[in-house]
Amino acid sequence: MKMLSKRNGYYLVAILATSFFYFNGADVTTSVYATGTVFALPLALAAMVGIMCERTGIVNIGIEGTMLLSAFVAFFVASLTQNIIIGLIAAIFTGSMMGLILAVMAVSWRMDQIIAGTIINILATGLTSFLYVQGKTIPSVFQSFEVPLLSKIPFFGPVLFIHGALTFLGLAIILALYVAIYHTTWGLRSRAVGEHPSSADTAGVSVARLRYINVTIAGAVGGIAGSYLALELVGSFERGFIAGKGFTALALMIFGRWNPLGALAAAMFFGLAQAYANQLMIDQIVNIPSQFTAALPYVMTIVVLTISAGKVRPPAAEGQPYEKGQA
Amino acid sequence: MSALLEVTGVTKRYPGVVANDNISLTVNAGEVVALLGENGAGKSTLLKAVFGLIKPDSGEIKIGGTPIVFGDTAGVISRGVGMVHQHFQLVPVMTVAENIILGDEPRRGIFINKKAAHDEILALSKRYGLEVDPEAVIEDLPVGMQQRVEILKALRKDVKLLILDEPTAVLTPQEIDELLGVIRNLANSGVGIVLITHKLHEVMAVADRVVVLRGGKLVGATSPKETDEAGLAQMMVGRSVVLQVNRTEAKRGAVVLEVKNLQVRDDRKILSVKGVDLSLHKGEILGVAGVEGNGQRELVEAICGMRHREAGEVLINGVATKDMQPHAVHEAGISHIPEDREKHGLVANYSIADNLVLNQFDQAPFAKGWVRNLAEVAENAISTVEKFDIRTPSAFNTASSLSGGNKQKVVVARELSEELPVLVAAQPTRGVDVGSIEFIHNQLISARDKGAAVLLVSAELDEILSLSDRIAVMSDGKIVAIVESKDADRNYIGRLMAGLKE
Repeated sequence: MKMLSKRNGYYLVAILATSFFYFNGADVTTSVYATGTVFALPLALAAMVGIMCERTGIVNIGIEGTMLLSAFVAFFVASLTQNIIIGLIAAIFTGSMMGLILAVMAVSWRMDQIIAGTIINILATGLTSFLYVQGKTIPSVFQSFEVPLLSKIPFFGPVLFIHGALTFLGLAIILALYVAIYHTTWGLRSRAVGEHPSSADTAGVSVARLRYINVTIAGAVGGIAGSYLALELVGSFERGFIAGKGFTALALMIFGRWNPLGALAAAMFFGLAQAYANQLMIDQIVNIPSQFTAALPYVMTIVVLTISAGKVRPPAAEGQPYEKGQA
Repeated sequence: MSALLEVTGVTKRYPGVVANDNISLTVNAGEVVALLGENGAGKSTLLKAVFGLIKPDSGEIKIGGTPIVFGDTAGVISRGVGMVHQHFQLVPVMTVAENIILGDEPRRGIFINKKAAHDEILALSKRYGLEVDPEAVIEDLPVGMQQRVEILKALRKDVKLLILDEPTAVLTPQEIDELLGVIRNLANSGVGIVLITHKLHEVMAVADRVVVLRGGKLVGATSPKETDEAGLAQMMVGRSVVLQVNRTEAKRGAVVLEVKNLQVRDDRKILSVKGVDLSLHKGEILGVAGVEGNGQRELVEAICGMRHREAGEVLINGVATKDMQPHAVHEAGISHIPEDREKHGLVANYSIADNLVLNQFDQAPFAKGWVRNLAEVAENAISTVEKFDIRTPSAFNTASSLSGGNKQKVVVARELSEELPVLVAAQPTRGVDVGSIEFIHNQLISARDKGAAVLLVSAELDEILSLSDRIAVMSDGKIVAIVESKDADRNYIGRLMAGLKE
């Protein structure tokens, strides 16, 4: 019976659908999946930011702002220095600083975390609008390259192994985070702090310190997500550049039940839906207004993920400031 | 050789109270020191200070001769201090193994060595004779087992000093005996033990020395050899306490509450109340005795409309009450002192004043139509706090700021305020100090004398024996006997509780 669990059922449906499309048109399917991965990655990375924070009990709704300001810094530093690596480093630094600011507000000042996140978002919107200048360019984006051998595997090769450097970095972060959360001391302590901080406290784990560390590192990951958009996927920066991805990511994090691979799967689903919608528009198989096709991924995601999500259980201490000695 | 633990002149103030006032004490290796005191006397505060969890305003705490640093809990632990907290410090969604290793995990590189953790815990549990399944998830375990995990967690680092903060409050009598045995063995092997408890017979049974706190001050030190339970009670409360309840013959009236063939499932969907019939008369206390986990909790919850009745019915004055509707059941005339005051008895973040009117906040005089009458609520709160001796700086502090016994007084005060025909009291004195127990007992008796029908469920056989007019013994989901309390024999009831036939 275990084989037929709900979760395995979804995998089965996904595999069947993929093979169906694949045998009806290998090239199109492969390219849709490759595009889907590209769309999914920033969302998945942004979801990692949420997971790292919420696993230790900090709600971070400032992901959007963190990504926005990081993307801005990535693009303009790369443009000024004409070096995209320096742009990336500057963005990672910016992201960590945003994380640190959130940590100060949420951990040290015990501020309401929704308000703290909102401050981050408003700060980022304000700064980027104010400092924005038109007509800047960067020398190049992080170019796609083929991983030797692996990229030759049919279907999986082009989908997973022909990408720019930041995509690989992002995937590596997601896998590493998954392993770290469930198999390292850091992960065990983080989860304990997010579920029942006084247990961790009485076991000699500093709740405040771990929250600071995690929220700051999460900010750095948000910096990478922003850089990916500015320096690899799009190669430019506009006002309102992130377009709600930071908030979508929070939903994907919940659908993925605070598990990095779960959030990645949810992001993949969303990315694929978007890639298929694009394909539909290009093919013009059906003659419907493009607004409808553009809305398709959102509608599908809402429907499928609502049905599949079921009852979710967030980390128990989420959003609650902790005072030492409060048992 | 210096003492294991030396506390010198520790003072800790909270807004409105001095929780610890210039306290000094020492604990040596191999002795059991019982720390006694009423709820709110400052015991937990003192121990948190010893553990580095809170910072005293003044004074010094030395472990093994060297002073501790505030905030350095890890340092305190590494010097061989283990603590079993009153509220379990376990992560409910994690396994036993994960909880025990938390903070000092066996590693292989950056990874947790899960195999080593598993083996270590099996060895630990064998060494102390405390059996656990390392892979079980905490929230699936009964409290007694969780307690065991908590103790193992404390014992893991060759402890020299073990602090137990009310470890027996949630245990069954058998589990308590087991635990006291473990404590004695540990002491014999050279561990210094500080035991906080309200149960005086436990102190008499296991302690070498007794230290008594009252109102944040150390008021005396003695040993079980020099005193008895009544003497200890007097030291704690500061006046003589009547441990035996004085009550008159019940004036039994008509049947008020009838339970017919009630069947109820527990959280695991197993039938745990297997056809119970009870009838409760006006003006009597019917005590339900039984080892915990024999269906008492489910019985109470089903009667009060908090748990689905699989079969059977509950009638008040001949009228059937609705299933799964606590409010309707309450309207029908049952007030309920719930077993778990934190979860079902109080809203922790509401003020004491609001908690005191939870059952009638929407009725006159506490409300007029849609508008609350806050002046009445305040007046009621101030007079109730006075009358029930609820120890708090203000009736408008949150309920969560109260100590356990005072929380219980709030619940009892509220549930008695309406004078409904039926009172269901589940474990009304659990985790409550002797002074408050005496008070709550008298309140139950006086509710009876005013004509209420009282259903008393308690795991403390002594409590049942001293309060009840009739005693129903529950075992394995059934009422196996109902006896008049004047004919009750302690041993006979004990045997029935254990499930033995006569």
